[in-house]
Amino acid sequence: MTTGIRSVTGASALAIMMAGGIALGSGAAQAQMKHEGVEATVMTFTGPQIAEPLQRRAPDFKKATGATINVVTVPFSDLYSKLLTDFATGTNSIDGMVFAPQWMGDYIEPGYLEDLTDRVNADEAVQWNDVAPFFRDFSATYNGRIYTIPLDGDFQMVYYRSDLLDEAGLAPPRTWDDYLAIAETFHGQDLNGDDKPDYGSCIAKKRNAQSYWMIISVAGGFLQSQGTGQGAFFNASDMSPLFNNEAFAKALDIYAATTQYGPPDEINLDVGDTRGLFTTGRCALSVDWGDIGTLAIDPATSKVQDKVGAVILPGSSQVLDRDTGKLVECDAERCPHAVDGINHAPFAAFGGWSGAVNAGSSDEVKAAVYDFFSYMSQPEQANEDVTIGITGFNPYRFSQFQNLDLWIEAGMSEAAAKNYLGAIADSLNSPNMVLDLRIPQNQRYEQIVLDTAIARLLAGEIDRDQAMADIEAGWNEITEELGAEEQLEAYKATLGIRAD
Amino acid sequence: MATRDDQTALAGLARAAAAARSRPWDGLTGRLDRHAPAVFIMPAVLVVLAMSIFPLLISLYLSLSRFKFVKGGFELDFIGLLNYKKLLLGSQQFHFLGTFGELSAVGWAVLGVTALALIALLVRYAQGPDATLAGLFWRSVAGAGTFLLLLLIVLTGSGDGHPGSLVVTLFYVGIGVLAQYCIGLGLALLCAQNLPGRKFFRVVFFLPMMITPVGIAYTFRMLSDTTKGPFTPIWQYFGWTETSWLVDPWGARLAVMIGDSWQWIPFMFVVLLVAIESQPQDQREAALVDGASRWQVFRYVTWPAIVPVSVTVVIIRVIEAFKIIDLPNVLTNGGPGIASESMTLHAYVAWRTLDLGGSAAVAYLLLFVVAFVCLSMLAFLRPAETEARA
Repeated sequence: MTTGIRSVTGASALAIMMAGGIALGSGAAQAQMKHEGVEATVMTFTGPQIAEPLQRRAPDFKKATGATINVVTVPFSDLYSKLLTDFATGTNSIDGMVFAPQWMGDYIEPGYLEDLTDRVNADEAVQWNDVAPFFRDFSATYNGRIYTIPLDGDFQMVYYRSDLLDEAGLAPPRTWDDYLAIAETFHGQDLNGDDKPDYGSCIAKKRNAQSYWMIISVAGGFLQSQGTGQGAFFNASDMSPLFNNEAFAKALDIYAATTQYGPPDEINLDVGDTRGLFTTGRCALSVDWGDIGTLAIDPATSKVQDKVGAVILPGSSQVLDRDTGKLVECDAERCPHAVDGINHAPFAAFGGWSGAVNAGSSDEVKAAVYDFFSYMSQPEQANEDVTIGITGFNPYRFSQFQNLDLWIEAGMSEAAAKNYLGAIADSLNSPNMVLDLRIPQNQRYEQIVLDTAIARLLAGEIDRDQAMADIEAGWNEITEELGAEEQLEAYKATLGIRAD
Repeated sequence: MATRDDQTALAGLARAAAAARSRPWDGLTGRLDRHAPAVFIMPAVLVVLAMSIFPLLISLYLSLSRFKFVKGGFELDFIGLLNYKKLLLGSQQFHFLGTFGELSAVGWAVLGVTALALIALLVRYAQGPDATLAGLFWRSVAGAGTFLLLLLIVLTGSGDGHPGSLVVTLFYVGIGVLAQYCIGLGLALLCAQNLPGRKFFRVVFFLPMMITPVGIAYTFRMLSDTTKGPFTPIWQYFGWTETSWLVDPWGARLAVMIGDSWQWIPFMFVVLLVAIESQPQDQREAALVDGASRWQVFRYVTWPAIVPVSVTVVIIRVIEAFKIIDLPNVLTNGGPGIASESMTLHAYVAWRTLDLGGSAAVAYLLLFVVAFVCLSMLAFLRPAETEARA
């Protein structure tokens, strides 16, 4: 359940850790020259984020263990198929991968991923219990076995320019209507002192990129109100999609409305672009993973140091009634987790970049790749990496949440660090967190059907109702193709993780 | 000098050879001799089969099947024509063919005139002296195909219709290659003149072909954004600011087409320049001496000389243009929506999520359309070529 997660900011976990007397960084020393002469290839997406820390730390790992880790990168949208093609054809040129844990099912069923449970259990240096339970249970585990090592914690949040909101006497957005109102207030004003009009809201909306998570972040609060186990994608009783009803219509309206407060070419911007816009002071609001928080403190690129606030994804006072498909007002029964009448559903989009090992590689290579991911995840390395914007790694360990000094050393003010970590902790602690889709071929559901329909809606090719009908029909078609019963079982299983 | 023994030995050899010729396996060596060419060619044939025919067959099978992960690996379930049905009639129709709008009066008129023109051409052919049944059949097929493609263009272009990847690809091919040919020809004619600095311009006009398409895509992405790039003052002068071509469907298609043309005009230019310069100069001079105007010299001397080359470059470009993927992929990601998605990009996007069947089906339909268009063009252009020569 969620009690373990709730303790993220509590003192108990720290106490346990300290009592355990865990010596940080002992792993490297233990594994000294353990992998002499071993060479392994690790694939991830074209960074710089994610690839940067792997490439930067690979030489250090070589010095400590003798293993050469070659990090190769491909565009994000190719990563899923590049890996699968390599494994399915038996090429096995890739020994390790840093990828989206939500794709795990497609890789584990055919037997392409190494079961890491025993290695993790035998590995003290990785400090498994320091990893927040959500990432241990959802991102790393499949059917009770550990397959990946978390390297990153992923929640989408809303970022705002704290200086602007303070000046205007506005509070951070609690609902999406608040979000639109704030965006409207600042849109067209000069927000960074260069005498050029700037934007109220910058959201990455590029097709064939990482944008399809954004609409789910908006829709989550409307679709899911009964807790994580309810799920936000399908009706868990009959696998009917939840994306064609009044609630999703409202989310689409909001999402489309944000575009009018965005940059002119917003529908062609990827997250890298919107992060750049936000940190150069051109946007009042943005929706993103934890990256903006750390990018904003980079003195080399940021013009908004200490002017950035983060807050849990806005919610809604109205939620979906699954029986009627209508949007209904929240009450104690409908929205048991609502805060001041607002139902928040923070979205664990993607699940955090995680490292996995190819089961088809030789034993010594597998051992070296595992040790590399363990090394990357160990607090000595990870707790520094999560504070650096360019790494793309966001906090996922108790020690990262509790040790404010890490963040202050990295350049955040104490208040900003508390605000940033607080927003992530709020999301992580939420009993109504939305889990990302993890059923077989979720790529086709999200990256093809959902992404295409949203892109067409934003481009004005289809209207809102047509977009919803397309998503529903497209999802139903894939479900039918893959077997409705199997998909429903898989969907329930992914939701059940938090129910045990 | 040969001794008696030598002569005896030689005679013996000759006898042995004659005996060998009459041996029972004599036929076998003869057969081997006859088949030797086939045997020697076999390795090359096998390589060709392995490298091109075999993948074609496999992808045909893929297009008729569904890829699925199962315990211990993957399986391909045979599903017949379902992938094609999806693209032509089912859930992916909007993506491949497009969304159909209401036919306007203009649409009806265009279709009517085209249908009449095609029928008239067929009738003319049937009444002509060279008409054959096979010729009539193939012309009917080409005519029907052309009409269907036009019907698709008109339906998806009228009312609230939206073109799918097929029509968008036809746009890149049809309008793009036409523009490339016209501009390439114009530049070639200019550079064939005795103008100062022509050598410099020859090199300059040729340069874009050397640049990687990804670089071109990024360049045009910047150029088409009115807030960035060297044209910003011009856009601002016209009050066209804070927007990008790429957020408008036709703007995005146009940007892709212009980028592609910018890269490929040099190809047309170089080939046509060589063709123009290699035409016999005496004919040109004779025409000029006879008082022909510049237009007449072009129309009656230069044009007939470059038609064969023109047909070849256009066909090569058409085949190449059908496969366009790099520019829309980098420049627009196929967006906004699916507005600038070519067929190859469509197949690639499906392939990326391992919808191998759907991807292969798009690829096969592309093969079908390319073959149809190129064969029709050849059939149409060959008589024109002969006519021009005459």
